Amino acid sequence: MMQENSRSNVVAALIPRSNLQLARLCVITVVFGLLIFGALRYDNFLSSYNILSFLRYNSMFMLIALGMALVIMTGGIDLSVGGTAAMTSVVAATLSPYGWVAGLAGGMAAGLIVGIVNGLVVTRLRIQPFIATLAAMLATYGTALLLSGNQSVSVSYDTAFISIGQDDFLGFPIPAWIAIVCYIVGWIALERHPVGRRILAVGDGEATAKLMGLKVGRTLLGVYATSGLLAGLAGVILAAQFGAGQPTEGVGWELFAISSVVVGGTLLSGGVGSIGATLAGAILLAMVFNILNFENGLGVISLSAYWQSVIRGAFLLVVVILQAKLMNGRSQR
Amino acid sequence: MLLSMTGINKSFGDVRVLTDASLQVGPGEVMALIGQNGAGKSTLIKILTGAYSHDAGSIEFQGADVRFGSTAASQAAGIATIYQEINLAPNRTVAENIFLGREPRRFGLVDRARMQADARTVLRRFKLDIDVNRPLQDFEAATRQMVAIARGVTQNARLLILDEPTSSLDEREVAVLFETIRTLKADGVAAIFISHRLDELFAICDRVTIMRDGRTVAVSPMKDISKVELVRTMLGKELAAFTAKKRAHGDGEGAALVGVENLGAGVRVRDVSLTIGKGEIAGLAGLLGAGRTETARLIYAADRKERGAITVDGRETNYVAPADAIADGMGFVSEDRKIEGIVPEMSVRENMTLAILPKLQKAGIVDKAAQRAIVEKYIAALGIKCSSPEQPIRELSGGNQQKVLLARWLCMNPRLLIVDEPTRGIDVGAKAEILKLLRSLADEGLSVLMISSELEELIAAADHVTVLSDGLSVRRLASEDITEANLLSAMAYQEVPA
Repeated sequence: MMQENSRSNVVAALIPRSNLQLARLCVITVVFGLLIFGALRYDNFLSSYNILSFLRYNSMFMLIALGMALVIMTGGIDLSVGGTAAMTSVVAATLSPYGWVAGLAGGMAAGLIVGIVNGLVVTRLRIQPFIATLAAMLATYGTALLLSGNQSVSVSYDTAFISIGQDDFLGFPIPAWIAIVCYIVGWIALERHPVGRRILAVGDGEATAKLMGLKVGRTLLGVYATSGLLAGLAGVILAAQFGAGQPTEGVGWELFAISSVVVGGTLLSGGVGSIGATLAGAILLAMVFNILNFENGLGVISLSAYWQSVIRGAFLLVVVILQAKLMNGRSQR
Repeated sequence: MLLSMTGINKSFGDVRVLTDASLQVGPGEVMALIGQNGAGKSTLIKILTGAYSHDAGSIEFQGADVRFGSTAASQAAGIATIYQEINLAPNRTVAENIFLGREPRRFGLVDRARMQADARTVLRRFKLDIDVNRPLQDFEAATRQMVAIARGVTQNARLLILDEPTSSLDEREVAVLFETIRTLKADGVAAIFISHRLDELFAICDRVTIMRDGRTVAVSPMKDISKVELVRTMLGKELAAFTAKKRAHGDGEGAALVGVENLGAGVRVRDVSLTIGKGEIAGLAGLLGAGRTETARLIYAADRKERGAITVDGRETNYVAPADAIADGMGFVSEDRKIEGIVPEMSVRENMTLAILPKLQKAGIVDKAAQRAIVEKYIAALGIKCSSPEQPIRELSGGNQQKVLLARWLCMNPRLLIVDEPTRGIDVGAKAEILKLLRSLADEGLSVLMISSELEELIAAADHVTVLSDGLSVRRLASEDITEANLLSAMAYQEVPA
């Protein structure tokens, strides 16, 4: 037993300290690999236009991936983010005539409410997160359709609302600023604030966390509320960017978010995870789509946009298989 | 007294689990708490720590009447619990685990430098010099345990509850743990020590509280009680009206069906040898944690053996999974009917034919006629009392549920049936019936390996008994030698320290 232990200590010192770090390293390597590939192959890949429009569009996805990462770190899941974003885009568009503050606050509040309801259903009623948020997903899509009468809801161009999605600040798209701020706050919360330790401890084992005297219910409520809030924010950006509340958008967003989190090395079982790698995961998956566009632009081959899902799926599968292999390797020591 | 629990009653639904239980611990005292499975130890502890609430009785801690609403509340009051399965977050670092929930802060954020320094300081008290920034799961069990204790100590615990703390530790690790307990004792920290390893109790504890059937039956200074006395008090005497044994098969001299030699795996099963003859009931005795179920699981290939040999009919087995053991004619009726045995919502018929179902197929469809024939045969043969084969099994009494489980394996025509605590939770009358049934099956040539904690049961039913202690087969008793005194002294056997 001692021998085994000292051997594993040596091994642990040589390889990255955890699977997470290894996965993080992988995803960042792949992101840089794709960047170099794109830069060499396509003329305007690293042009400021491409980079800025990439960031402008994908900020929404980065935001929901952030919320999803926090939920998954606790061992849960939030399937309602796509529906929530659709619903809040309608809410924000409807409120946009009253000013950008009303649109922004209204959309975020609507998202927060969904998140709090999710959190309460999971913690108080002890419903499985999968089921609870599946119900919320259906409810939010339905609400989005009800509020909008199954039509896009045009935003008001009289107020500054559309700036949230379309304008720049210091030469950088506002949605990207929002995402950056949220990721910085998220990183500090997870890595430097006690709440982050609590989130990960809950994901490591709820019963254990309870026995350690941690406030498990409050932690879970917090992450679902945060996820809802960020989905609400994504919905606001969606409405502002496209000039309309989109009740039928958001389908499949939750899967994009989950994929980003998993590709970023966060285990679905909870307890480990990284904010930075989640961002890298989201960028990686989004870049697949971007590169596909460029590839078609070359005119050599013509791949339908549907291929992006196939390629993203392949990425996801490879990562999950790698994770499973690493996990086995660890548990057998 | 630091802690005084008196007159504690607790029921779950209609089931009374604690009756007038009590527990007193003085400052700096190490109190052993022992009892059989189901004696009420863990319920009592959970009431103390606030995980359960008691129906009646009082708890006094540090001079004040208390009733903790949650484990967090009892921790805040100075009670820290170290569980058997170490309840910390394996993916978090050592330092984080010690301070989770009350991290030192600086400007609202975690002051990591101070947290790490504080963690090192407290671990150094226990002569532990480790990298506190590594995830807890990188360390061996004893170290993790020490971290759990360090967590308790930094919460200013006045009372440590150690629930089977040594079950996954080796000797050296146990020594380190004891050193830690002594260090804390010197500081006036008291401990409740739950363990089934008797020599450990004598090594570290000042007094012992013995529980049985939800009651506190004895409290004694460790030095005034012998091991045998301790075991006797713990197991109690409930000599039931079993039928006298008809030992048709003598003393186990018949042809051996199963031979186990120097079997070992992990720390639970260290060196076990036994034989099971054809048509014999072989008993497997020992205290909780002695390695009985673990040994059976190795024979059945539910777990992988690491050392030793298992032979069936003289040939060494190479089972990879229980399916191989089943194919070779083994059956296993597990200890916990509810978890590993019955499917409560399914009918008697479905439960009984669960294992044989693959053999009852005709072109992929269950042959109903054959199924019905089997079910009717065994309901009659075992005297299972049910309104019809379609009655949900959960409506049957414990004894009848057990018979259905026996039938599940018997219809496979096994050569060896392993029964783990076959009469647990069954009333006395039905117990005798189950034992009689096993005997008549043995008379027909079935070999039985019976794991039991009840001495009377072993004395009444087994042809020979192998006694395990701490993972070692320490004694084999046959026919007339199977007596309470012999079993007790063998079960209380401890290795002479080298």
